[in-house]
Amino acid sequence: MGKVLMKGNEAIAEAAIRAGCLNYFAYPITPQSEVAEYLSKRLPEVGGVFLQGESEVAVSYMIFGAAACGARVFTTSSSPGISLMCEGISYITAAQCPAVFVNIMRGGPGLGGILPSQADYFQSVKGGGHGDYRLLVLAPASVQEAVEMVMAAFPLAEKYRNPVMILGDGLIGQMMEPVEFPDHLKSPPSNKDDWATSGMDTRRSAQRNLVKTLYLVPEELNAHNLKLKAKYERMQQEEVRCESYNLQGDYRALIVSYGTMSRVCRTVIDNFKERGVEVGMVRPQTLFPFPRKAVYQAATKASCQAVVSVEMSMGQLVEDVELSVRGARMVHWYGKCGGEVPTPEEVMEVIAKLIAP
Amino acid sequence: MGKAFHRPEALADVVTHYCPGCTHGVAHRLVAEVIDELGIRGRTVGIAPVGCAVLAYNYFTFDFQEAAHGRAPAMATGIKRVRPDLIVFTYQGDGDLASIGMSEIIHAANRGEKFTTIFINNAVYGMTGGQMAPTTMPDQRTTTSPFGRKVVQTGMPVKVAELISALETPAYVAREALVKPKYINKAKKAIHKAFSHQVANTCFSLVELISTCPTNWGMTPTDALKWAEEKMLPYYPLGELKTPEAGRAAAKGRNPDAE
Repeated sequence: MGKVLMKGNEAIAEAAIRAGCLNYFAYPITPQSEVAEYLSKRLPEVGGVFLQGESEVAVSYMIFGAAACGARVFTTSSSPGISLMCEGISYITAAQCPAVFVNIMRGGPGLGGILPSQADYFQSVKGGGHGDYRLLVLAPASVQEAVEMVMAAFPLAEKYRNPVMILGDGLIGQMMEPVEFPDHLKSPPSNKDDWATSGMDTRRSAQRNLVKTLYLVPEELNAHNLKLKAKYERMQQEEVRCESYNLQGDYRALIVSYGTMSRVCRTVIDNFKERGVEVGMVRPQTLFPFPRKAVYQAATKASCQAVVSVEMSMGQLVEDVELSVRGARMVHWYGKCGGEVPTPEEVMEVIAKLIAP
Repeated sequence: MGKAFHRPEALADVVTHYCPGCTHGVAHRLVAEVIDELGIRGRTVGIAPVGCAVLAYNYFTFDFQEAAHGRAPAMATGIKRVRPDLIVFTYQGDGDLASIGMSEIIHAANRGEKFTTIFINNAVYGMTGGQMAPTTMPDQRTTTSPFGRKVVQTGMPVKVAELISALETPAYVAREALVKPKYINKAKKAIHKAFSHQVANTCFSLVELISTCPTNWGMTPTDALKWAEEKMLPYYPLGELKTPEAGRAAAKGRNPDAE
C-alpha cells in the first residue's frame, strides 16, 4: 500500500485496527470525534466491537473491564474527556492492565476551547488520577508518526501491563497529511493466562484470576507500589525515545519542544541557519520516560548559551527540561495557549534575545 | 441417603468478614447455588463493588474483577462486548448502584447489556459506616441523617427496580427479600431466572434484594429482619417487575401482606 492522504484522527483509527485492536469504546468530543465516526463504520466490517459509552467515566471502565479479561482495547478523547477518564486510568494502572488512550489535546482549563493545545502535559506525564502511577506517554509530531506510535503502543502496553497514552494536539488530529501504513502487526496479543479474568475454562491451569486494586494491608500496598515503580524504572531504561535536530554543529541555543510545536521549531532552526546562526533541538518522542540524558548532554555543550522550552502550554514541559538540565544552563520558557500556535517569527525573536552578545 | 446440604462449588470454604446477621452471606450463597446449577462457573466473571461486598471475590471460586465505586456496570459492559461467551454479573450495594453509579446502571440496562446485576438494598451505606443512601427510608436515622431522613430535603427513597423497569428495552427485573425463608426461596428463583436469561442471551437482568444491616441500623439481627419486613417491604414491593416475555405490564409486584 502506497501513501494515502488522510486526516490524523482517521489515520489513528485505522492504525489501531492494523495493530490488531478491534475493540473501541468512546464518547464524542471535539476535536477527535472523527475517530469514533470512522470506527463506527470500519469496526463492524472487520468483526470488531464499537460502542459509544454514556460518558468518559463509563468508557474508562469499559476499557478496564475489556482489558482485564484479556482483550486488546483502546479509546480516544480530548482534554476534558481525559480528565473524566483519569479515575479509570488510575484503576487500570493499579490493576496492571494493558490499554491505549489517545488524547487529542484542546485548550483548557475548564471547557477551554476546541483548538490545538499541549496543556495536558502534566495530566499525562505527572499523574492526572490519584495515587502513584505513570503512563508511558508517546507524543507524535506528524500523522505518519501518530500511526507508527499507535501501532507501537499496543505491544508496549502489553509488555508493561500498563496503559500507554498517545498525546497529540488538535492539529495532529485535524490536519491531513500523506501517510503510509505499515503492515498489520503480526504479533498476537501476549499470553495473559496468568492474570486475565478470561474465564477459568479458557485456561490450562485451574487457578481463578482476580483483577483488583484494593490492598488494605499497608505493607502489601507498599510492596505493590514498589512493583509498579520498578516497571516505571524499566521504562526509563528501555523506552526513552527522542529526535535530535541540528545538534552536529556549534549551536548557540537549544530548543526542547514536542508534537506540532516542534515542527514550527524546525522552521525556526532552518531560518536561523540561513542567517548563519546555529540553533539545535531535542524533540522528546516519549514524554514519560523523558529523555533527560539527551537533553542534559545537548544543553551542556560548550557552545550552548541558552535552553528554551517552546510549548503550547503555560510552562509545563519546561519543568522536565529544568530537571534534565539540573542547573547547568539557564532554562527559559516560551509558549502560547488557547489554540494559538506560536509562529516561527515569534520564537526567533525570543531566541535572538537570549543569544544576543 | 445422600448429602442433603452442601457448600456450593462456586462458594469458597472461608470465613467471611460480614457482620453477624448481615444478609450478604445469604445473597452470596444464592448466587453460588445458581452458578453451580447452571454449570457456568468456568466461564463466569463476577464484578465486586466498592462497599462491604468489595471483598466478595474472596468468597467465590471463579474469576473476579474489582470495580471503582458505581462503575461495575461499565466494566461488565466492557467484558460482555468483547467476550459475549462469558457470564458476567455485578454485585452492587445501594450507595454504589443507586447513588454514584446511577448513570452506569441506567445506561447499561437501557443498552440491554447481557449481564446480570445483583443489587443489595439495605437502606444504608455499609462499609463507610452507616451514612444515608438514596434508598434510606423516610425518618430513618443514619450517621449523616442523625435526626432521620427528611424527605423535604433529600426526597423519597429511590426505587431502583421500578426505575430500571421503566426503560423500554426488554429486561428481566425483580425485587425479592432476604429477610425470611419464604422470601429467600423466591429470591433464589429470581436469581436463577436472571442468570438463565443471560445464559440464553435474552436480556439484561437485575434482581434487587431487600437486605439488612444490623450493625449500621443499630439493631440486633432479629430486630433488623423484623424492621426490614415491616418498614421496607411496604415501600419496596416484591415480585417480578418486568420480564422479557411480558414486558412490565404483566408484572405488578406482590404485596408482602398477601404472602
